[in-house]
Amino acid sequence: MSERHPTVTQATRVRQAAPKSDYKPADVSPQRRVQRSYAVRLWSVRHSRFLEWFYERFASVFLMLHPLWKAIGYSRVETPVKFVEKRVKGLMFDCRMCGQCILSSTGMSCPMNCPKQLRNGPCGGVRANGNCEVEPDMPCVWVKAWEGSRNMVHGDAILNVQNPVDQSLRETSAWLRVTARAAAERENAKSSEAA
Amino acid sequence: MIEPRPPQTDENPAGIHLPLDPLPGHSSRGRLERVLRRGEFAVTAELNPPDSADPEDVYERARVFDGWVDAINAVDASGANCHMSSVGICALLTRMGYAPVYQISCRDRNRIAIQGDVLGAAAMGVANILCLTGDGVQAGDQPGAKPVFDLDCMSLLEAVRTMRDERKFLSGRKLTTPPSVFLGAAINPFAPPYDFRPLRLAKKIAAGAQFVQSQYCFDVPMFRDYMKRVRDLGLTEKCFVLCGVGPLASAKTARWIRSNVPGIHIPDPVIARLEGAADQKAEGKRLCIDIINEVKEIEGVSGIHVMAYRQEEYVAEIVHESGVLKGRKPWKREARADDAMVAERLGHILHDDTTERPQEIVKAAAH
Repeated sequence: MSERHPTVTQATRVRQAAPKSDYKPADVSPQRRVQRSYAVRLWSVRHSRFLEWFYERFASVFLMLHPLWKAIGYSRVETPVKFVEKRVKGLMFDCRMCGQCILSSTGMSCPMNCPKQLRNGPCGGVRANGNCEVEPDMPCVWVKAWEGSRNMVHGDAILNVQNPVDQSLRETSAWLRVTARAAAERENAKSSEAA
Repeated sequence: MIEPRPPQTDENPAGIHLPLDPLPGHSSRGRLERVLRRGEFAVTAELNPPDSADPEDVYERARVFDGWVDAINAVDASGANCHMSSVGICALLTRMGYAPVYQISCRDRNRIAIQGDVLGAAAMGVANILCLTGDGVQAGDQPGAKPVFDLDCMSLLEAVRTMRDERKFLSGRKLTTPPSVFLGAAINPFAPPYDFRPLRLAKKIAAGAQFVQSQYCFDVPMFRDYMKRVRDLGLTEKCFVLCGVGPLASAKTARWIRSNVPGIHIPDPVIARLEGAADQKAEGKRLCIDIINEVKEIEGVSGIHVMAYRQEEYVAEIVHESGVLKGRKPWKREARADDAMVAERLGHILHDDTTERPQEIVKAAAH
């Protein structure tokens, strides 16, 4: 067996099975793929420790800006923040904007890229080479998540059982949600201290 | 007058289709949990679901397991191929007193449908539920279907456990009667990431799994390593592990499975052994028995799950020849007193040459 194989994707298989026609779409998959290469996503997983460190700082800056967000109004900043968040996380992690980011618990590998959108670990169909059963050319999101989590300080968060995705939060900003929640918690702590 | 037969172990004397008496420490009223908690080596098998609407097809396929297995798995469109639904099969099986394991896969239904089905199944006497993620739709006969995957196996386990223990839906709405079920999950020790697999079992146990059935085991050393790590984590005390086994029909099938069915790991020596045999089918069965004999000795293995797809008739032989039951007789469907009475009466009407009118019967009864 030679090392160089033509890339077989789920789309290739669908194309082979499809009836003869002049138009055969290039990208057909039960779960829409958003990209053809996974280089950036894999880079993020390799640098999960740095990203964990960076996100910690970033989250506290965002929290520090809470009075500003509140002054402008969370509803008014939502659109620009979402715009930035979607592009930045889209580039780094192939983010699907589920609105309830758990990257810190999944080794910086976005679980929404799993064709089954599993949020609690790999399914039993992972190929022996560590690739996905549905997309034969894609490294399993959860194999990568496990590798990424091993580099992180709080990597054991991968062992927590995650709740099912709340579909009503799709296409909303996880950054603002986390910030607002943390601010509320901080205020609660303060008021209980004062009392 | 027909004497009622003595009740078998794990049978409700009032009727085979009724749930058993609740026991302390048991979460279900089914047979499988009783067998496992008594510390007996359990045997489960997988029913090949029919592509028909005839209940007799289900009963015929269940009959081959009679007296050899403790529970029958009703698969939920395994491999994403469409068949009779698992809830339908379970409803039929519980009517006849069998103990089905109701498999739920997250591929086809969302949380609203699944929670409803759990209640429906429990109401029909299903005592065991196996929570699965399910194969992707691309694997099956209808790749154009929409993959749902609203829950995953973990959140499904947690949802059913919440319904059972906290008597409420995921939304928090109260249930008046919770489903008393024995919760199961699947494990695959033979797929990467190998380091994570035992921890994933721990996660499933935390989410509510009380028993697990494994993927086909053809690589015993690998399974032994996995079990060692599971024991070291102390998981075998919290959960019953059933090892999945099954006969391979031939070396060609084995090769096909290896390259086409995701998640099944078949090492080369297994294929070489099949290839070298004169009768590959018999050798496949022999191999299955050898694997059972090896895995039953592994500490922490509480039973086997025999998946003999399209070779269901061999299950009895495999269980018998491997001797895993140690002389124990699992529940067997036998005619009850009233069944026998109906059969006798029907035979009389159909075959004996008598003409009986209702008036005559009444007259005869009056004297």
